[in-house]
Amino acid sequence: MSAIPRLNEADGAGPAVVRPRELIVRYDANERTNHWFGAITFILVAVSGLALFHPALFFLSNLLGGGPWTRILHPYLGLAMCLSFVFLASRVARDNRMQPRDWQWLRQYRDVITNREDRLPEVGRYNAGQKLVFYSVATCLALLLLTGITIWRVYTTGYFSVAVVRLGSVLHAIAALVLICTIIVHVYAAIWVKGSVEAMTRGTVTPGWAWKHHRAWFREIMSRAANPRSGAD
Amino acid sequence: MALQSLDIVRRSATTTRSPEIRQPPAGGGVAKLIDTTKCIGCKACQVACMEWNDLRDEIGTNIGQYQNPRDLSASSWTLMRFAEVENPKGDLEWLIRKDGCMHCTDPGCLKACPSPGAIVQYANGIVDFHEENCIGCGYCVTGCPFDIPRISKKDHKAYKCTLCSDRVAVGLEPACIKSCPTGALVFGTKDDMKQHAAERIEDLKSRGFENAGLYDPAGVQGTHVMYVLHHADQPQLYSGLAQDPHISPTVRLWKGVAKPLGIALMAFTALAGFFHYIRVGPDETNERDEAEAAAARRSLEKAS
Repeated sequence: MSAIPRLNEADGAGPAVVRPRELIVRYDANERTNHWFGAITFILVAVSGLALFHPALFFLSNLLGGGPWTRILHPYLGLAMCLSFVFLASRVARDNRMQPRDWQWLRQYRDVITNREDRLPEVGRYNAGQKLVFYSVATCLALLLLTGITIWRVYTTGYFSVAVVRLGSVLHAIAALVLICTIIVHVYAAIWVKGSVEAMTRGTVTPGWAWKHHRAWFREIMSRAANPRSGAD
Repeated sequence: MALQSLDIVRRSATTTRSPEIRQPPAGGGVAKLIDTTKCIGCKACQVACMEWNDLRDEIGTNIGQYQNPRDLSASSWTLMRFAEVENPKGDLEWLIRKDGCMHCTDPGCLKACPSPGAIVQYANGIVDFHEENCIGCGYCVTGCPFDIPRISKKDHKAYKCTLCSDRVAVGLEPACIKSCPTGALVFGTKDDMKQHAAERIEDLKSRGFENAGLYDPAGVQGTHVMYVLHHADQPQLYSGLAQDPHISPTVRLWKGVAKPLGIALMAFTALAGFFHYIRVGPDETNERDEAEAAAARRSLEKAS
């Protein structure tokens, strides 16, 4: 509830030290479009995949127009998701490299989950948890793409022996489960850390949000804004 | 297709029990016995199968042997496989095996199928595909230990021998049985077929085939299509008939423990998030954070 008034506090109603409406741009329109295109394809591909994974979830196939349509669309949706991630990764991979302070951050996972960020090392554009999500998604998608090729009956299964297809089937399911769990964590983290959803829907965060959650990134963009020549990107 | 729902004992992608109000049929269900030692390779069974099931495969090309078509297909549900084998004495043996669905008691296709009711097993042991429920994923092909089902290039549905379930349902024997001129194909209760096979095996042994035997593989809990083989110790001589067919451990993992564990893992992850929110609550940014950010910004600007 407090997420909405917080943004408005910057309009001058809040403490005098807060300048009016100086939000920080975290994701531009292309990045947001890219992210949400990937998110939509993920939902569709997960729904269709789960329908084929467990009989209790077969009803989900109705969302894509029935069993055969689920079977037809799933691989194309998967390809679209992978392609979408390649573009997104090309924008964020650099900021997701693990650094020494990230390992310290992970060691203090208890402070992370109890909202004691004040005890954690300073975080750059992404924290160690976000970086793990990035690597998990990248690994799972690579595995899903490779194993998916072995089980795309219409086009590519014929090139593989049945032993490879069997292995591909089970690895595809396992990689998908890990991916789905990773995305559940990703979505929950966005709900948990207020202000994150706005970052990906409106593209902006408040300076306080950046200060609290990504202090090293905050310093970096502020010093770049104060001294544009040295911070040229 | 022609049997009634009360006769269905197992149904693909179904987690609850099938109707069990009736007693299992006497005699262990039905079975087809293929006596390879009596088979002359005339392919009357292939023709009868085409006729009864109204199937016309594409005309293939001669590949220099009797086997025709080259392989099973969506339109060829049974196939005489011709193997030319040189035995240790240096003599040629022409081992002819009528290939097709074995109607396993533990069917890998049914285990792998994700579409409810696309594959059923009747009380009499017949494993049947209900193509109207088939989604064309090909998991049955992945699950089958005998490489039998074929996905049609035309309609992307899976097809295989039905053991003439429509004929059997009304008390007729399968079309192939009816056509066999040598009595190599016989049909009856599974118990009767085993007994008949035992007599045949005894006869074969008395005539020098000491390894003659019945092929009713235990790895799939027996089959409702069985072979009498002269060399039951080497089934692979018969165009690669599996020595120890069973549902692959990979398929068992995929279609067994992975399913409940996977669902549990996803549910646990989601619930962990939910209860974290309930217990710990959101991580919010407040006015003090904004004030600190503004102060930090001013000092950075001053420094530059």
